[in-house]
This record gives sequence, C-alpha cells and structure tokens, in this order.
Amino acid sequence: MTGSNDRLLEVNDLTVHFHTDRGVVQALDRVQLFVDRGEVVGLIGESGSGKTTATRSVLRILPPSARIAGGRIRFDGRNLLTMSEKELNATVRGRGISLVPQDPFNSLNPVFTVGTQVRDILKWKGGRGPSGSIEMERALDMLREVQIPSPWEQLKRYPHQFSGGQRQRLMIAMALLPRPGLVIADECTTALDVTVEAQILALLRGLVREMNVSVLFITHDLGVASQICRRIVVMYAGQDMEDAPSERLFERPGHPYTRELLESLPTPGGDIRDIPGEVPSLLRPPEGCRFHPRCPSASADCRRKRPEKVEIEPGHWVRCFHPVESQP
Amino acid sequence: MKGFRLAWKKFTRDRLAFTGFVIIFVLLLAALFAPVLAPYPEDTFQIHPADRLQPPSAEHLLGTDSMGRDILSRLLFGTRVTLVIAVIAVGVSLLIGVPLGLVAGYFENLFSEGIMRVADIFLSIPQVILAIFLAQSFRPSIRSVILALSITYWPWFTRIVYAETRALKKRAFLEATEAVGAGSLRTIVLHVLPNVSSSIIVRSSIGMGFTILTAATLGFLGVGAQPPTPEWGVTIAESRQFLPDAWWYATFPGLAIFIVVMGFNMLGDGLRDILDPRIRRGFD
Amino acid sequence: MTQPILDVHSLRKHFKGSGSFLEGKPRRVKALDGVTFQVLPGETFGVVGESGCGKSTLGKTLLGIYRPTEGEVRFKGRDITRLSKRASIRLKREIQYVYQDPGSSLDPMWKVRRILAEPLVIHTDLNRRAVRERVREMLAAVGLGEEHLSLYPHEFSGGQQRRLGLARILCLNPSLVVLDEPTSGLDVSVQATILKLFLDLKDRFDLTYIFISHNLSVVRMMCSRLAVMYAGRIVEMGETSALFERPIHPYTRLLISAIPMIGKKPGTGGEEAEGIGEPPNPESFPPGCRFWPRCPHEIEACRREVPDLRPGPDGRWIACHLNGGEG
Repeated sequence: MTGSNDRLLEVNDLTVHFHTDRGVVQALDRVQLFVDRGEVVGLIGESGSGKTTATRSVLRILPPSARIAGGRIRFDGRNLLTMSEKELNATVRGRGISLVPQDPFNSLNPVFTVGTQVRDILKWKGGRGPSGSIEMERALDMLREVQIPSPWEQLKRYPHQFSGGQRQRLMIAMALLPRPGLVIADECTTALDVTVEAQILALLRGLVREMNVSVLFITHDLGVASQICRRIVVMYAGQDMEDAPSERLFERPGHPYTRELLESLPTPGGDIRDIPGEVPSLLRPPEGCRFHPRCPSASADCRRKRPEKVEIEPGHWVRCFHPVESQP
Repeated sequence: MKGFRLAWKKFTRDRLAFTGFVIIFVLLLAALFAPVLAPYPEDTFQIHPADRLQPPSAEHLLGTDSMGRDILSRLLFGTRVTLVIAVIAVGVSLLIGVPLGLVAGYFENLFSEGIMRVADIFLSIPQVILAIFLAQSFRPSIRSVILALSITYWPWFTRIVYAETRALKKRAFLEATEAVGAGSLRTIVLHVLPNVSSSIIVRSSIGMGFTILTAATLGFLGVGAQPPTPEWGVTIAESRQFLPDAWWYATFPGLAIFIVVMGFNMLGDGLRDILDPRIRRGFD
Repeated sequence: MTQPILDVHSLRKHFKGSGSFLEGKPRRVKALDGVTFQVLPGETFGVVGESGCGKSTLGKTLLGIYRPTEGEVRFKGRDITRLSKRASIRLKREIQYVYQDPGSSLDPMWKVRRILAEPLVIHTDLNRRAVRERVREMLAAVGLGEEHLSLYPHEFSGGQQRRLGLARILCLNPSLVVLDEPTSGLDVSVQATILKLFLDLKDRFDLTYIFISHNLSVVRMMCSRLAVMYAGRIVEMGETSALFERPIHPYTRLLISAIPMIGKKPGTGGEEAEGIGEPPNPESFPPGCRFWPRCPHEIEACRREVPDLRPGPDGRWIACHLNGGEG
C-alpha cells in the first residue's frame, strides 16, 4: 500500500529563502510532504506558515526574490527541480498538476467568454484527446459534472455574469479538464459564503471519489480541512510539525502546536484559550524547533536543534522531542 | 530617522531619480551663485561688438553671441529667470488648483461639478495664444508669461487632486474618521491633503519642467521675456539668423532647456516612491 | 424590565442601483428592508448572515454613516436618525464602530500617537498632557506598549491593527460598540486572543456590543442573543443557545448545518446540509419571502407575501409562513 509506486508527489527537505531589502526570509525549513495517488491531503497552517510557498515551489512559480536553497521535489517519479521550464510547461503545469485558486473573482479573464477560456485549456493542455469536437463534448460533460446547469448556454457568458460559487465550480472544472494527477486547491473555499462553501466541499468530495485524482488541499480553516481531507500536514513558521490521518489528528494531536491550535478554536460556552506569544519573524526565526518560544513543553534541546520526525504510531509523524502523550 | 535613511538609500539606488535630483541641485547652485560662477557677470547686459560670434574657446567656453556677450555667463544668469518663472507659475497654480481639487473631490454636489467644468474650460485654452493675447493687451514681459502659465496650469492640479480625493473617499479610513466625529474641514486638511501630497509634489516637479519649456517657447516667439533678458528661449530666438555657422549660439541654450526639463521629470518620478510611508518602511 | 439601550424599528436603507444605460431608471437596492430589534445594555447582540444580507449596512446605518431611508433608531430613548449635526457629533462619542479591516480604517500617513489622539482632540477640551496620558492608558488597555506610539499603521500585524482600532474608539468612553466582522482575516490563534480582549474590555469599560459576523462558531461563543439576516431582513432572532440547538427558520437550519465543524461527519447534516443556490444579489431580491428559491419547504404564499417577524416559542422571533410561531 505504501510502496513507492503509490507516491505521486514527494517533497523532501525543501528549504526556500526570500531575499528582500530587509534580509533573508527563511520561508521554508527542510519541509517534508507527500501525496499518494487518489489521496486528499490537507496542508494547514496560519498565515506565514509557508503553505503557499510550499505549493508554489512544487509548480516552480515562486516570485523572483525566492531561492530554493535545498531539497528535492519528485512528481510522478520525475525530479521537478531539475526539469527545464519548457518541459514543466509541457508536462506539469496545468497538465500533471493543476491549481484551483483562492479567488474565483480574479482568476478568470474578464474580457473573454467562459467558452473561449475552456477552449484555450483544451488547446494547450488537453493533449491526448483526438479531435476538437470530442474534447468540447468532454468539456460540457465536465461542466455538468460540477453541476453547472445548461452548460452549452453558459459557455457564451462572461465571468462577471456568474456568481461566486458558480465561478469556483468553473475553476474546478477547468482544473480537472486536462485529467491531472494532482489538483492543488489553494484556500479554494475561503472567499465563499458558508452555505456555498458546503456545496463546493460536497462537490469536491464526489469528484475525488469518481475521478481518482489526488488533491493537496491548502487551508487555514481546520473545520474545512476536517470535512474533506484524509490526511493532514500541519505547518508552523516554515516547518512541518505534524503529519497524521485526519481523524486521529483532531482526536489525539501529537504536536504541542497542533494541540494548542485546536484548543484555540471557539467552542460554545467554553473558555477562550489562546496561544501565548506571536508568530516569529522569519527574518530571524528561532533556532531549533520554531515553536519553542511559545511551547509549554519546550526544553533545552528544542532551543538548539530541530527535532526529527518521529512516527509515534503507524502513519502518524510528529516533529517534536516531547510529543503529547497519545494515551487517551 | 531610520525611515529617512532608508528612503534616502532607496532614492540613491534609483538611478534616474537621483540623476534628476543632481541636475536640479546643480541648477539651483547655478542660479544662486551665478554672479560668482559666471566668467563675465557684466555680460548680461554689456555688449562687446568686437568679440561677436566667437566659437567656443578657452576664453569663452561656450562662445559668444551676436553682441559679443559670453554665452556661458548668460546661460548661468538665465537659470535665475527660468527658475523664477517656473516657481511662481507652479506656485500660483498650486494655490488655486489644490484647494479647488480638494473641495471638488471631497464633496459630491453641483458645486464640485461646476469647479471641474470651469477647470476644463481653462484647460482647453492654448497657452501660447493666451500668452500672445496677454502680451498684446499689456506688454510682452516675464510677468505676462507667468500670468499665462498660471492661468492655464492650475487645472492640472485640480484634476489630479480631484481624482486622488475621489479615490481616497472609497477607502475606509476616511469614513472611519467621520465616524469618530471629525468635521469636513478637519478631514480635508489633516487627512485628505497629506494623502494626496505625494501626487501633488510629483505633479509639481513635472510641472516645473513643463513650465520652463513653455516659458522658453514664449520667449522664442517674442511674446515672453524680452531681449536683453538672458532668457534661454530668447537667446535661441536671437541665434536664428546666425545659423548654421554659429552653431554654439543655439545649441547650448537648447541643451540647457533639455537637461533641466528632463531633470525635473526624472526627479518627479523618483519622488513618488519615497514620499509614501508605506513604501518608506515597507517590507520589501 | 430593563430599558433597551438601542431600539431599532422598521429600519430601511435603499441605495440607488446601477441602472442600465438604455432603460434609464436605476434599480433600487434594498440593502435593509424593515429591520426591527432591540439591544439591552451590557449584552452582546450578534448579527449573522452571508454576503449581501445587509449586516454591514445595518452597522453603518445605526451609526449614522449612512442615512436611513425609513425607520427609527432610538439610542437611550432618543431617535438618532434625525439629529442636528452638533448633537450627532456629541452622540458619536457614545456609539462607536470598529471596522472590518482596521488596517485600512487608519490613516496611512499618520503615526499611532496622532491617530489615537484624534478623537480626543475632536470631542474633548483636554490639554495635551491629558490627551497623551489617556492615549497611553488606552494603548495599555488593548495590550500595546509605548514603543508602538511612533509607528505607522502598516507596521502592525493584523491582530495588532485590530487592537489599535479598539484603542482608538475606547478613548471616547463609548457605551455601545458595533464590531463589524471583527475576526475576519485573522488566524485562529490570533482570533482567540482578540476575542479574549473583547470580553475583557467589555467588563472593564461597561460596553454593549453589536457583533456582526459571518463566522457562526465565533458568534455562538460570544453572543447572548442573535439575529439571523437574509437578503436585507431578519429571518430569525432569539437566545443564541436556543437558536443553535433548535433552529426554526429553514435558512437558519441551512446555515447551521453548513458550518464545517471538526468531528462532524461529512454529508451527514440532514436534508439541509448542502442546500441549493446561493444568496441573492442585492440588486435583484426575489419577491415575497426572499429565501423561497432556496427553501426546501416553500409553499405558494412564500412567493407572494413577505412573512412578518412574529414571536415564536421561547422568546424567539421568526419570519416564515410555515413556522409562524404559535399562531
């Protein structure tokens, strides 16, 4: 089951720095992350935790100030960091890996009809299919798949004529059209209303099951992650702190940060618990484990070196010297 | 203090803006110390027919004109004329244009609509024709140049301040200021004005260049400064009948105009970046 | 029975819409269409709803930032919608509004020192030293220090900007504070800190809150009573705990079942869980009950008649033809 054949995406010891006017921002520190075929993995963390940087590194669409200072990224058995730009465009971006962006309002070109934009995708990224008309048929099927009513008429409309939820459905359809192996969903429900968010999550769950596609689901919302992810990776200040099956993570978190995070969620009638201290500046991140200044169980070791990942239970890794007691 | 040093660093790194700054700085020095710097300060008005139309030499670095006057000395004194015209014209335009723009932008009623239409009318008057008209009604002089420039340039400030103010009104902080209980006058003077000031300064700098160019044009056409004023446009006009043999006669004043106008434009673009505190202490 | 601190009656706010060029007449956007509720002193009154439901318009209309089209807003017994300019400035000391994004509600060209002093300069005759003293006090109350006085707003983190926004209004000693989406855009851990601060300040300064939010978990935690808004109207109103445990209006039920909650099995929220459609655009609200196109229980009357907000069980108010309370 966990043979290397199942590994679709594997990120190892990824270190990314941003070179700015004020110094070097150490955005990612030896991050490990993998996604198996057909798996929905959540990447959660607060702002500045590096979840967006990690996924941009995978697609190699980092801003010019960024340097990948170390690590490996393998997708479908190939090394993405040594691949040429041309090859990346031809086989990975929008092909093997596609992106559902956070903001459906700005991600469609307002001056072209939706049909034109769908046709463009078919032309550039559709690849394998035989002829145009068959591909168009498939595009219409895909629009039906994401529950857009009377898709043929919709193709003639412009993006601003769609509501937020419909636009996000369109983005999902367009991401799935080239039959990618992996879909990166970057906060794709954050801009939506709760009732619409629930619809989109349900839609995604169905599509994943049906099309056997892998999803890397980035979100800051633990509740949303719990509704769709099978496994969750928790990030904090550029380090990956914990990697566990979703149910287990929420029931028995192994890392002190995850536990504190869960306890700071609002609960009806309960006390409000917050995490003392502030997220550190990544210009001068703390030595060792980056959570140690706020951690209740920090020791001298934590201040000196970064803990290795420990598998405290099969499939449950924690990057901590003092994982939370797992006995209930 | 730290912010200022950062801004200065940013400014010096912006090569274009810094070049502009150096040019303007040199221009100011030239105007200030013209009597000291000029090899023949008395040549502004004194004529030496024996030395007429000398090419550049060690004695007259930029040559002499048709009256035998040293061109370098006249150019140096010309900076004073140029700066006085530009500063007064832009200053008057600021005084008229900015308040009108603020009022028109902040209030959204018939009155502000009226201000903008009046501005449009003034904007549509060709400067040269107005200057000719004024020169005819009074007498061609530096004063009529300044008047013509001020009358036609203020609407630019009104337009830009108006547009910026309208944009600001959509920002939450102005509404928040009103919610705290601040009155219109207070809001306009203390909140709107500082926030549009960077655009005003940038526009002023570019306006200086523009005004200098127009003043030279008017001098050239004979409806502005009059000989023997060492105004650059006037000098070029005088040189016409001696071209192409006395090439230096027209070239150096022309070059002076070109460099100074460029300098103001370059400075204007660079200022925009450092005047904003968000950029001044921004993250990248 | 305690006198309500705020008594809102049939409040309407209509905006001029963007009419089409050919048809000429602009549509009316009925952002608020007959909103009635009361807020008791010392409570935290929640207003929830999705985008376009009018909750932000409500907040701004209460404060007089928008002038209401119709209706009454009584603050401590006085109608504040028709006040003279001077009286309304005096009143603005007592009702304050905290913006959704405090970063953009602070003048970017001003340093914190001046921003915090401004309300005092406008409303009081305190001398400079007293102003400085009070500014320091308020800064300390929201957990910021003296070293922050000479910084510009953009130099603060999102959580700190929220604190600044609070410090600025607390200077005036308000009695009613409208919090507009006070936690949106904040990380969970920062959100917790800010919520704690709200509670703390409420006790220390004797505040009454109107808490406008789309985040139901936060509202459930913070508010004693709650109004659910949909398309410019209140559809249900009552005690928070009762409302969450036994929602009556179909929209409230949909809303609550849609909250993504840890431990909730996906797809088990009952018939409402995934719902249909999206909140309507304020320019084209449907006639009758505005929820009917999305309502699973819709009947003929819903398309024609606007249901009134009527009293229901356990002090609840509901606007629904099917669940019209006891009657």
